[in-house]
Amino acid sequence: MTTTATTPAPATADGTPVLTATGVTMRFGGLTAVRDVDLTVSAQEIVGLIGPNGAGKTTFFNCLTGLYIPTEGTVTYRDAVLPPKPHLVTKAGVARTFQNIRLFANMTVLENVLVGRHTRTHEGLFSALLRTPRFHRAEAASTRRAMELLDFTGLAAKADHLARNLPYGEQRKLEIARALASDPGLLLLDEPTAGMNPQETRATEALVRAIRAQGTAVLVIEHDMRFIFNLCDRVAVLVQGEKLVEGTSDVVQADERVVAAYLGTPFEGAPGQEELAEVEAAEAGAGTGAGTSTGTGTGTGTSAAPGTATDPGARTEEDR
Amino acid sequence: MPEPLLRLPAARALTLAGAALTILSTFLAWTWTTAFPGNLTVNGYPGGLQTITLTGGILTLLHALAGHRVKGLRWLAPAGTTAPTVLLALGTLATTWYTLGAITTDLGGLAHLEPGAYVAAAATLLTLTGALALPTNHQTGEAGGAGGSGGAGGAGGAGGISRAGGAGEDTGAPGARPHAWHRFRHTLTTGHAPRPTPLPAWAEILVIAAAFALGLAAFTYGIDTEYGELFVGYLLLAVFALTALGRSGLTARLSALTAKHRNITLTAAFAAAVCFPFLQTNDAYANLATSILIFATVALGLNVVVGLAGLLDLGYVAFLGVGAYTAALVSGSPESAVGVHFPFWAAVLTGIGASLVFGVLIGAPTLRLRGDYLAIVTLGFGEIFRITMLNLNGKTGPDITNGSMGIPNIPELDILGFNFGKTHNILGAPIGRFGNYYLLMLLATLLVILVFRRAAESRIGRAWVAIREDETAATAMGINAFRLKLLAFALGAALAGLAGTVHAHVITTATPDQYQFAGTVPPNSAFLLAAVILGGMGTISGPVIGAALLYLIPNKMDFMQDYQLLLFGLALILLMRFRPEGIVADRRKQLEFRETGQLDVPEQGLPDGAVGVTKAEA
Repeated sequence: MTTTATTPAPATADGTPVLTATGVTMRFGGLTAVRDVDLTVSAQEIVGLIGPNGAGKTTFFNCLTGLYIPTEGTVTYRDAVLPPKPHLVTKAGVARTFQNIRLFANMTVLENVLVGRHTRTHEGLFSALLRTPRFHRAEAASTRRAMELLDFTGLAAKADHLARNLPYGEQRKLEIARALASDPGLLLLDEPTAGMNPQETRATEALVRAIRAQGTAVLVIEHDMRFIFNLCDRVAVLVQGEKLVEGTSDVVQADERVVAAYLGTPFEGAPGQEELAEVEAAEAGAGTGAGTSTGTGTGTGTSAAPGTATDPGARTEEDR
Repeated sequence: MPEPLLRLPAARALTLAGAALTILSTFLAWTWTTAFPGNLTVNGYPGGLQTITLTGGILTLLHALAGHRVKGLRWLAPAGTTAPTVLLALGTLATTWYTLGAITTDLGGLAHLEPGAYVAAAATLLTLTGALALPTNHQTGEAGGAGGSGGAGGAGGAGGISRAGGAGEDTGAPGARPHAWHRFRHTLTTGHAPRPTPLPAWAEILVIAAAFALGLAAFTYGIDTEYGELFVGYLLLAVFALTALGRSGLTARLSALTAKHRNITLTAAFAAAVCFPFLQTNDAYANLATSILIFATVALGLNVVVGLAGLLDLGYVAFLGVGAYTAALVSGSPESAVGVHFPFWAAVLTGIGASLVFGVLIGAPTLRLRGDYLAIVTLGFGEIFRITMLNLNGKTGPDITNGSMGIPNIPELDILGFNFGKTHNILGAPIGRFGNYYLLMLLATLLVILVFRRAAESRIGRAWVAIREDETAATAMGINAFRLKLLAFALGAALAGLAGTVHAHVITTATPDQYQFAGTVPPNSAFLLAAVILGGMGTISGPVIGAALLYLIPNKMDFMQDYQLLLFGLALILLMRFRPEGIVADRRKQLEFRETGQLDVPEQGLPDGAVGVTKAEA
């Protein structure tokens, strides 16, 4: 496995912001799901967004992609404010996948990706009815690009299969291929490894790196901490709708507030402290044990606490 | 091991003898009086319903001979001969016994049957008994699949394994003799046909042409049936024969051919349809065919809205009405409130335009709704149209539509001196008024088919299907769902408007009660939707077949008029239970509704190696 924390972050992130969210707040009636969150994603950067269940990660995603209109705050993409309509956001260059796979189940794999090309082609109904040479050229170009993407994600051999007949891991891949078909500058992945086994997770990791290498910035929500800390240049932690910390993997893993958010704060007084020490000792042992077995030595003892959140049960956050 | 329903020695000989005897019996008199329609009294010449039994007998005999591996007949049933033989024997039995029953009830008593009738009854029963004792297809079918398929070995073998699994489920626990019903069901199943030996292109085209010629002959016979009993007999045999065709694997082969030569298929279908009025001696049947065409064309338009974009529109007939009323108003009817007489092309364009505008006006507010809400609102708008037309009568509103009287006396079309109202001799055949309109309507149908096909296979069509599948995901892929739904709605409306303009000219009047939600006479919204669903959503041939059935059955069987809607509802329920994808299923629908038990392995487009990989991963 090449995916270790010692791999230096590629120097391709040139620092120009692609996505800038400023003061995004989302209220549903009296409930504030997201409160005053700022987030910047730079070109060719992989940013992770983590947080306990119900922290508002998916709501924040929906605010970015126009499914929700944020109550306050603005989202800009390459210095232009994103319009509050999902299809216009995609057209602007922000594509997404969904937490629960939402493929067009009864279309073929190729057709799914072709639908993703929708915003990048402009042949209208009349062009289709008259079958103009331009129409044929555009169709051929779309198909070529779609097949490229299927090659890229390793699904080319199944281009003629119905999407619903793909195994789970390949459905996730297809969703990514479909999102990439709109040639996005920023890809939003909502729990891309949910329900995957370790091999598939590592394959997804490699896929995300390859996407970044092609020049697309990635913002990813995930509960798999090993995945996040291996992959991301920067990680933001969302707790109860507010951004708690943002920084490199090391910074986030070392932050006590993150630990507290996932594990809870101890009671005041000695018994709580003692218990915490015991738990930490036990988990440090478990954490390093697991780390060496998969070859991902993060090298910091403090990684133990967030590491415990690699719990399969944590994946069932409701899509809000 | 699967076994047949009955255990009999010499089953093949029995089947052959039965079929031959059936054929023979149709040459005998079945009744003594010509009071029963069709003249079944002549020895030596089959008439009326006897010809249907004769056809059934011949088909059964041919399949039974094919089961004997007679050279030159093997192509009849590439997937196995037993199931089609049984089905054909059943169909022949059904139509024969129906005939005898009809004679008995019509004339009042068994005394009216001649000995020939008893021979026919016994012969059909004998054939069925023999057929049910024939060995089932699974052994032979599988042996053929594994042995004979050279290049397709991988796919064929894999298919065979999955089939064996299915058979195991069907027959229950191994060892025990399965229940009779299971054995019967098993008799009707066939394996997968081995891949056909490739034919040269001209031969394939010839096959398509022959298939359409046969189809035309069968369809023409059905339309031209002169009395209800004959139609019922025809329908009985047709249903069983078509099922047999499906089970024998011929349908699959033919659809593979038509999928390969699609433009030729469309041309052949069009040519066959053009031939229809030339085969008619009675203009009334051309009238029937014209009505079917109009109904089918509107159903195809609805198929854009329902089948592609997935918008349940229960008021679709209103767009047909808008087209018809517009054409009626501008085509020089003396009763028209607008005193203009547009040439036909202009009337068509006005009709299409008016429907389009109406579609956009209705669609813009309603298409923000989804699912059931959309259905209810469109149902409401459809009725609003009808009631508005009723009320624009000069008393309750401005005098535009003449209220319930409608706009009558629309003058006959006259295009370049060709008067559609008169009988013309074309190529030696007299083509009457309805024949003329039939040919005109056929052009409109062709146009709608082309529009449907081209729209479906484009960026726009894919976007429609994507919206139908998952609207949220579709918008997230950059599809402006509202705009595209409106486009589907408007296109559907325009196509219905086109049909409506011709409709108005054919029936020469436009009245409100033709365009209601539900009624006993098509086209109305409920029947249109039924035609689309019955025939097969998202396909081209489906709604056409559905429309033909839904128009012909009530038209021919006027004796069940009172129970028509009841029977119709029953038929729909049964169809949805046993064949939810409709009569003609596109590949997608078939996979959607049927658990195939294996991954969808495409027939073509992948090298065999790739198929192998798929199997391994499954």
